[in-house]
Amino acid sequence: MIAYHHILETLRRITGCSHLELRTFRDNVRLEVPREYLYPVLQHLKEGFGFDMLIDITAVDYLYYPDARRRFGVIYCLLNTSTGQRLVVKTYLDEPDLHLPSVFPLWKAADWLEREVYDMFGIVFDGHPDLRRILLPESFADYPLRKDYPLRGRGERHNFPTLSRAES
Amino acid sequence: MPLELVETWETTSNQKQYLWTLNFGPQHPATHTTLRLILTLDGEKVVKAVPDIGYLHSGFEKLGEDLNYNQYVTIVDRMNYISPVANEIAWHHVVEKLLGIELTPRCQYIRTILAELARISDHCLNIGTAALDLGAFTPFLYAFYQRELIYDIIQEASGQRFHPSYTRIGGLMYDVRHEWIRKVRAFVQSFPKAHSDIHRLLTRNRIFVQRTKGIGVLPRELAINLGCTGPVARASGVVRDLRKDEPYLAYGELRDTFQVVCATGGDCYARYLVRMEEMLESLKIIRAAIENLPSGPVNIDVETKEVLPPKPETWRTIEGLIQHFELIMTNRGLNTPREEIYGAIESPNGELGFYIVADGSDRPYRCRTRPPSFVHFAVFPYLAVGHQISDMVAILGSLNIIAAELDR
Repeated sequence: MIAYHHILETLRRITGCSHLELRTFRDNVRLEVPREYLYPVLQHLKEGFGFDMLIDITAVDYLYYPDARRRFGVIYCLLNTSTGQRLVVKTYLDEPDLHLPSVFPLWKAADWLEREVYDMFGIVFDGHPDLRRILLPESFADYPLRKDYPLRGRGERHNFPTLSRAES
Repeated sequence: MPLELVETWETTSNQKQYLWTLNFGPQHPATHTTLRLILTLDGEKVVKAVPDIGYLHSGFEKLGEDLNYNQYVTIVDRMNYISPVANEIAWHHVVEKLLGIELTPRCQYIRTILAELARISDHCLNIGTAALDLGAFTPFLYAFYQRELIYDIIQEASGQRFHPSYTRIGGLMYDVRHEWIRKVRAFVQSFPKAHSDIHRLLTRNRIFVQRTKGIGVLPRELAINLGCTGPVARASGVVRDLRKDEPYLAYGELRDTFQVVCATGGDCYARYLVRMEEMLESLKIIRAAIENLPSGPVNIDVETKEVLPPKPETWRTIEGLIQHFELIMTNRGLNTPREEIYGAIESPNGELGFYIVADGSDRPYRCRTRPPSFVHFAVFPYLAVGHQISDMVAILGSLNIIAAELDR
């Protein structure tokens, strides 16, 4: 197990980014990274500190969150399978530039996880080999887990085209 | 997904005329639920498999943002209809981690027993249906009879057989009775015989072994890189089990009663063997837990203002009623820290995690599920290539894909 502050110091030195921050809540340790440094940080966490498993990628829309200044947060949950150490890496994005580098070259698990984030939030992962919608149909127009998407009402689903037996 | 997408596979035009495309699912007896595979075939050999999912997407995560922390448990257990109790325990485990609640020993033990019963029930179904898909009907019936017994135990505890919604923040819906303990003890007594019956029907069955051995091999490095957890990863030699590595509930106290089951084969047969042995290890945990079941209250103290008071107290005392309304009314409710947290448990299928963002109100601002099935189904294209079309069913069965959890 490597001490988290040691990871932070090393990452600051290697990437030359002084805006890396470490936050702790209960047993979770969260590393906040500006998005320009996201890929080098993740790459170094995998190759230098042995975080060899990508547990999850998810996003949060902070539109109505109290005192929030940034719109989207993208979260990477990492795990070191030999020591059991966990780290949550988080970065922030704002409209209109919703682009992040894909981490598919580092972890193949990112394939579907990034597609789901794209599907639900419209965040584009540059360099992803096959960025399509995964849970919703290709013709779906909006990103339903954004906070400005309504919970109730007749939406896209109502307008889905129906195929007759002759057309299929 | 349109079929043209399959055409992006790089082949020379000469090769291409031999290939044909087969649509497998979404309605197919071996997919068990609705999921679709687009297979590119060379004769009967699979050259490429493209999974297409989303047929069961019902927006659970969006719904979670509108329900409070206790209400969402009814949605969570519908995500995994094979072992719903495990999902309930996972959800409230993370919520309690967010709120910093320490459960009472009795509650921890009861939840542990239920989680292990869920594991046995999940593995029973998986082994039964995987064998059924390969043509063996009898083990399916043996396995499903054991699932019935587990349903009876869950019904005795909660009043509901399938989706019990038994957990609450800080405890359980209500305490178990003596009859429940008797039923669990009877199950612990009777299960090894059923297990050995299934074992004798399948483990050395020549057809079953030939259909599963060497099929869908997942190497260790690939398993880690693809994020596999649970029995799928352990069958590939990843020695990792959250019950041992990050003990939660009563697993810390019971850690000497069980072992982590691993295999090195990484094929369908290894996954079958790991699940078979895990059932016996779960049974050891249940036996130890039921014999050492602590007495005392099942819920944490009502004074913490985090747990719903017991129903008789709500009906008969003014304090209980006030406390009940403090938590239920829309303009009151729980006070949560403005923080976010990731927590996970070892569900029967692997690491089942939740990422909760709390904004201070009694509803999660965002509740992301980390579903093991979703991650495991992404592995499928890597396992399918090079095998016969009839092996797809074996691979699909060994990964234990639950479509409601896959699509949420």
